[in-house]
Amino acid sequence: MSGHPSTYEPKYAAAKWMDQRLPIIRMGADFMTFPSPRNLNYWYTFGGILALCLVVQILSGVILAMHYVADVDKAFASVQRIRRDVPFGWLLQSMHAVGASMFFLAVYMHMFRGLYYGSYKAPREVIWILGCAIYLAMMATAFLGYTLPWGQMSFWGATVITGFFGAVPVVGESLQQWLLGGYSVDNATLNRFFALHYLLPFVIAALVGLHVWALHHVGQNNPIGISAKTKEDTLSFHPFYTVKDAFAIAVFFVIFAIFLFYLPDALGHADNYIEADPMKTPPHIVPEWYFLPFYAILRAVPSKLFGILLMLGAIVVLFVLPWLDTHKVRSMRFRPIAKWFFIIFIVMCFILGWCGAGTPSDVAIPIGKGMTFYVLSQIATVYYFAYFLIILPVLGLVEKPLKRPDSITKAVLGEQKSDADLASA
Amino acid sequence: MSDNQPDDGSKRDFIFLATGAVAAAGGASLAWPLVAQMGKAADTLAAGSIEIDLSKIAEGQQLKMLWRGKPVFVRHRTAAEIEVAEAVELTELKDPEADVDRLIAGPSGAVNQKYLVMVGVCTHFGCVPVGEAGDFEGWYCPCHGSHYDTSGRIRKGPAPKNMVIPPYEYISDNVIKVG
Amino acid sequence: MAFMKLKTLIIGSVVAAASVAGLAFAAGGGGTGDYHMEHKDWSFNGAFGKYDRAAAQRGYQVYREVCSSCHQLKFLAFRHLGDKGAPFYLEDFPNPNDNPYVKNFAADWNVEDIDSDNGDTIERPGIPADYFPPIFPNDAAARASNGGALPPELSVIAKARTNGPDYIYNLMLAYSAHKPDDVELTPGLYYNPVMDGGKIAMAAPLSDGLVEYEAIEVEDHGKIKTIPAPEATVEQMSSDLVQFLAWSADPKMEQRKSTGLMTIIYLLILSLLLFLSYKRVWRNVKH
Repeated sequence: MSGHPSTYEPKYAAAKWMDQRLPIIRMGADFMTFPSPRNLNYWYTFGGILALCLVVQILSGVILAMHYVADVDKAFASVQRIRRDVPFGWLLQSMHAVGASMFFLAVYMHMFRGLYYGSYKAPREVIWILGCAIYLAMMATAFLGYTLPWGQMSFWGATVITGFFGAVPVVGESLQQWLLGGYSVDNATLNRFFALHYLLPFVIAALVGLHVWALHHVGQNNPIGISAKTKEDTLSFHPFYTVKDAFAIAVFFVIFAIFLFYLPDALGHADNYIEADPMKTPPHIVPEWYFLPFYAILRAVPSKLFGILLMLGAIVVLFVLPWLDTHKVRSMRFRPIAKWFFIIFIVMCFILGWCGAGTPSDVAIPIGKGMTFYVLSQIATVYYFAYFLIILPVLGLVEKPLKRPDSITKAVLGEQKSDADLASA
Repeated sequence: MSDNQPDDGSKRDFIFLATGAVAAAGGASLAWPLVAQMGKAADTLAAGSIEIDLSKIAEGQQLKMLWRGKPVFVRHRTAAEIEVAEAVELTELKDPEADVDRLIAGPSGAVNQKYLVMVGVCTHFGCVPVGEAGDFEGWYCPCHGSHYDTSGRIRKGPAPKNMVIPPYEYISDNVIKVG
Repeated sequence: MAFMKLKTLIIGSVVAAASVAGLAFAAGGGGTGDYHMEHKDWSFNGAFGKYDRAAAQRGYQVYREVCSSCHQLKFLAFRHLGDKGAPFYLEDFPNPNDNPYVKNFAADWNVEDIDSDNGDTIERPGIPADYFPPIFPNDAAARASNGGALPPELSVIAKARTNGPDYIYNLMLAYSAHKPDDVELTPGLYYNPVMDGGKIAMAAPLSDGLVEYEAIEVEDHGKIKTIPAPEATVEQMSSDLVQFLAWSADPKMEQRKSTGLMTIIYLLILSLLLFLSYKRVWRNVKH
């Protein structure tokens, strides 16, 4: 699964025997010796962090499925039982719920990294598209999973999101009822959501396999965006990046642990501790924090169908990004104008998140008569799309890049030619 | 390429050993909750005992109660049944056990011979035997033909052991607590 | 250089995590009118906070004598009261089913059961394994008895409201607040500024001296300590109730926090070792 010539030599007879039949050890060994650019910074550790996040979610999820009951009358109580009576259930349930947030936190960091360093540009378009597919599958999984505890937010979140399908012209209502398996979110819905929530993570795992395969075929991008040319430009993945990733993972897990053990509910919503009640909607329905920017885009337009299309568009635009940003320089380190637009883009993403959490009619910024969240979310939505559809394509034509180093080694070592020079100096 | 490989001396470096050991210890302690969660939950443990009022069982009758997911037989034995159970020579038994050893003392201190309390599960493969049946007028397991006597001891057939006596105690003259 | 990058990473992660938490908190509400929510410094707040066991025991008394006439503790079993970390835990009774407090409390309630002789529905005294029984046979009956309002179950109420403990405490106290003229009450509704819109269907449940507190014996590291009975003011009863309901909603909190401390210390040591390993592996490589 790697694009570099194999250097693996079986040491033992048994290993040799296996290598001739199924070269799985060779695959692992080649993975570990994969030549990686020597200048990868900490932003490049999120891939490893995400792999571990997926493992944590699948492991804790399979365990929770042993105790969870997918039945509208018992689901909420079964979660309470997990938290109160199952040995270490409180830990595993919290780990899964907080883990979902951590997964998204890491994936956003990973995506912003890719956007900044131009990791979506040729020849890495397929890596990027697979990444977008993973993100989409993660969103679906998170949404399905959030329904399972059968709290008020679970129920009403599911009602609102499945309502999107009702906006499809002509077949909308039939489509929605087919998805729900009834007239509304009910037992049939809960059961299929549970089944799909269990299935999708394995789809994600498969997509991750392809994502990594594609990455190993073309090689990693790096902060200066200049491809590795010589052997000097690269380092063996192990031990250099295994140890760096491991360190980053440990630091990330400190943050994970702070939330898990001290703020387990900080990222959730109090209403989800109330059992689902189809007769009563909570006063403020808000999605989990990681969906808030999209929720703000949804609410930024007064039309239901157009809002949904816009929200979907916000994700679709990511898939076609490799063909929107036509600038031939990958890293924004050498793109003085794009860099600033990118920073504004990140700010706008946070503003969208903030708008998603607020009530549209409330005043967000006290200027003039007061700017409401509604207006603010419209401004941010316009910028979001403009960034991809106008700013990047135009900059691709007009932006003059800064002078770039010739190679990774030159960038790292400056005037010196090699490490040997450094040592002798 | 010296810079592409860590030097050999570092392989046994204390830092690496310590890191590996600490990481392994962490992994092992994380594994414990993942394994322990499959054990009995607190509600399962709490449902582990039941109380049975013996006064409701007439002589010659048997009460069947569910305890920890298995039937418990409480039989109010007739004088004849007790006599037969006591008369058997231990040498005739596959799993030698005197009738009196399969009973416990009531609040008065004397062994209460009338009430036989046992887990109604055949020791062969776990089927539930039928009462007042079989060659020894005790219990008969329809699955593979094991015969038990009036003390619940295996007398004939493939089962290896006598039916199990659950942990129980008299909490008053007429009430026992199983589990 | 590496330290600088590292610092950026950590600061970046913390800022991101904090903004995420900030977004989630942003939805939290206040109260209506000129009532100001009192934010108490609860014993269970903070990284090392614990429940006040004596207060939680009195809180159970308040629940039993006052709240339980309408509100169920749906997800709580009697045995939970005697679990480790619970208000009535006793070291001599690691199995809560044998705990004398638990047995007495259970027996104090009637639980519906089936007579195994004739299949009739009967009521028998509760046992530790039983869950707190419903107060009303069904939701419709509960609404009918309460002017159309459904009394919420209380076992997770402290988590089911934003800032639950403060919410419960203020809800109990805010009945005495002055009603603004623009809040119109129909019969069966009362003014309470903690509620959205200032209206509540529950009449003020507490009044000074409503329950009779007794001195409580609490086990503290194997020693028996006697906590004298405080005066049963509304404030006292409310904060006792909060201690009980906060425990009920989050019974594993103390275990969670102590496990967390160990885990974080462990992860910090591991991070340090991995960082040193990283420096060692990369020592001859400029990057």
